[in-house]
Amino acid sequence: MKERNISVKTNGLTRRFGNFTAVDGVSIEVYEQEIFGFLGANGAGKTTLIRMLCGLLLPTEGEAYVAGYDVYREVEQIKRHIGYMSQRFSLYNDLTPSENIEFYGGIYGLTDEEIKHRKQELLSQVGLEEYADKLTRELPLGFKQRLALGCALLHNPPIVFLDEPTSGVDPEARREFWDLIHRTAAQGKTVFVTTHFMEEAEYCHRVMMMQEGKVIALDTPGRLKERYQKSTMQEVFVALEKTVREQNRKDKAV
Amino acid sequence: MNAIEVINVHKSYEEVEAVRGVHFQVKQGELFGLIGPDGAGKTTLMRAICTLLNPDQGRILVQGMDTQKEIAAIRSILGYMPQQFSLYQDLSVEQNLRFFADLFQVSAEERQRRMEQLYRFSRLGPFKKRPAGALSGGMKQKLALSCALIHTPQVLVLDEPTYGVDPVSRSEFWEILQNIRRDGTTILVSTAYMDEADLCDRVALMHLGKVITLDSPANLKKNFKYPLYRIRGKDLRTLQKFFQQLSVVNTTQLFGDALHVTFREEPQESDWNRWQQQSEGNLQQWEPQQPSIEDVFLSHMS
Repeated sequence: MKERNISVKTNGLTRRFGNFTAVDGVSIEVYEQEIFGFLGANGAGKTTLIRMLCGLLLPTEGEAYVAGYDVYREVEQIKRHIGYMSQRFSLYNDLTPSENIEFYGGIYGLTDEEIKHRKQELLSQVGLEEYADKLTRELPLGFKQRLALGCALLHNPPIVFLDEPTSGVDPEARREFWDLIHRTAAQGKTVFVTTHFMEEAEYCHRVMMMQEGKVIALDTPGRLKERYQKSTMQEVFVALEKTVREQNRKDKAV
Repeated sequence: MNAIEVINVHKSYEEVEAVRGVHFQVKQGELFGLIGPDGAGKTTLMRAICTLLNPDQGRILVQGMDTQKEIAAIRSILGYMPQQFSLYQDLSVEQNLRFFADLFQVSAEERQRRMEQLYRFSRLGPFKKRPAGALSGGMKQKLALSCALIHTPQVLVLDEPTYGVDPVSRSEFWEILQNIRRDGTTILVSTAYMDEADLCDRVALMHLGKVITLDSPANLKKNFKYPLYRIRGKDLRTLQKFFQQLSVVNTTQLFGDALHVTFREEPQESDWNRWQQQSEGNLQQWEPQQPSIEDVFLSHMS
């Protein structure tokens, strides 16, 4: 098998808030060009983990390297090498898609020439050329999501983090968004994505399931279904979630 | 009398025609689903039903009362959970419920009884002292629902109540909805999750401000027009491209680890064998597939 380059590596990564442990000893290796899914119930620690990997939040313990940079000491380097699309993506509704891209280009320190060039590229990549000069507020949610991804890719980062990019999006727009994710990965980027749509978990190369800050499963969707003898990821998720909840209840009772 | 009667409703915002002549009825005690792409007009329609905006044309009756005339009376029998429900993050679960009880002038006695009931089915009882801001996403949605239910409304309107909620919490949330319905409450709910639409008594699919189809999930699926196959292969995205270029193919959609392909005419065994060769062995499995609500949705969009 071809040697694969590691894009993100963590070892015992932990984050506590007071006496609450949001992320608890997470050790993972994610490869270049991989579409890596984070699954888990609300409050499982997915967003906290992403925020640490994006250099937005310092870990309490453990190690993490993103594109080879240390999350403790090389935050500025990390920010230059990643794109981040948050749950509430921060587009300016009063600006057009074109102006949003120019604005983010400025923030990422691109030159005017680069912005002009990237803008055309991105608008066509996310399929928004016709809408470049409409007000962002007037775009359907699915379009805004694609624009938000375009903005996260503006500085051409090798790694992107997408936090619930398809929540509230209808089945058709979700598929369009996933086409875009696949094209993005095919261009050589590593894509981290969280979702509550379990059929979307099937579109990931590997998925990791978290519960109460811990990794409780990590493998390809195919192997997870095989291991738990389920036909869909939805069933795997429900089964795992229930088993671990039961176990925790017993542990607490003891 | 129907619980909700939407009569030829139109509503525009400046140049945008959000709702363009919508007409339907929700029966007493029905669990009625609204689905459709973003911008279809679902939220506008729900807000009009909740007396929060007036239609430009047409009328809406809630339990026989006109939403433009009997606003106070409708609000007293209606529960509404908007997409962004404002819980007071600093107040505890219990304090949020009390606040909404006061807002709806629920008597102290009734409030106590109702809160006990809501704690029971939302399973929020053990968390009643916790600030709403410290609840997980699924629990927040349950609290928001409980707040909308505190005055025991006859009609409940929920705008994407499971937005961003994980699968297990989602199924718990729908169990609660089924229980509320069993108590006789009429529920109108919008959702982007097609498995939820399947749990409704009837579903209306809205697109570009109009209802384009309305029926029970079983009938919607039964009336699916095209032969549908579930297809698996080594590389699904390449396989999808292969099927897209066949003239006999109507649509192709990814469904998890398989493709759903609709055909203009029933394919024959010889077709499958030829396609297996032409795709260089990428095509591995095919079987007729019962359409899901998601297939129905997608077929109306294309």
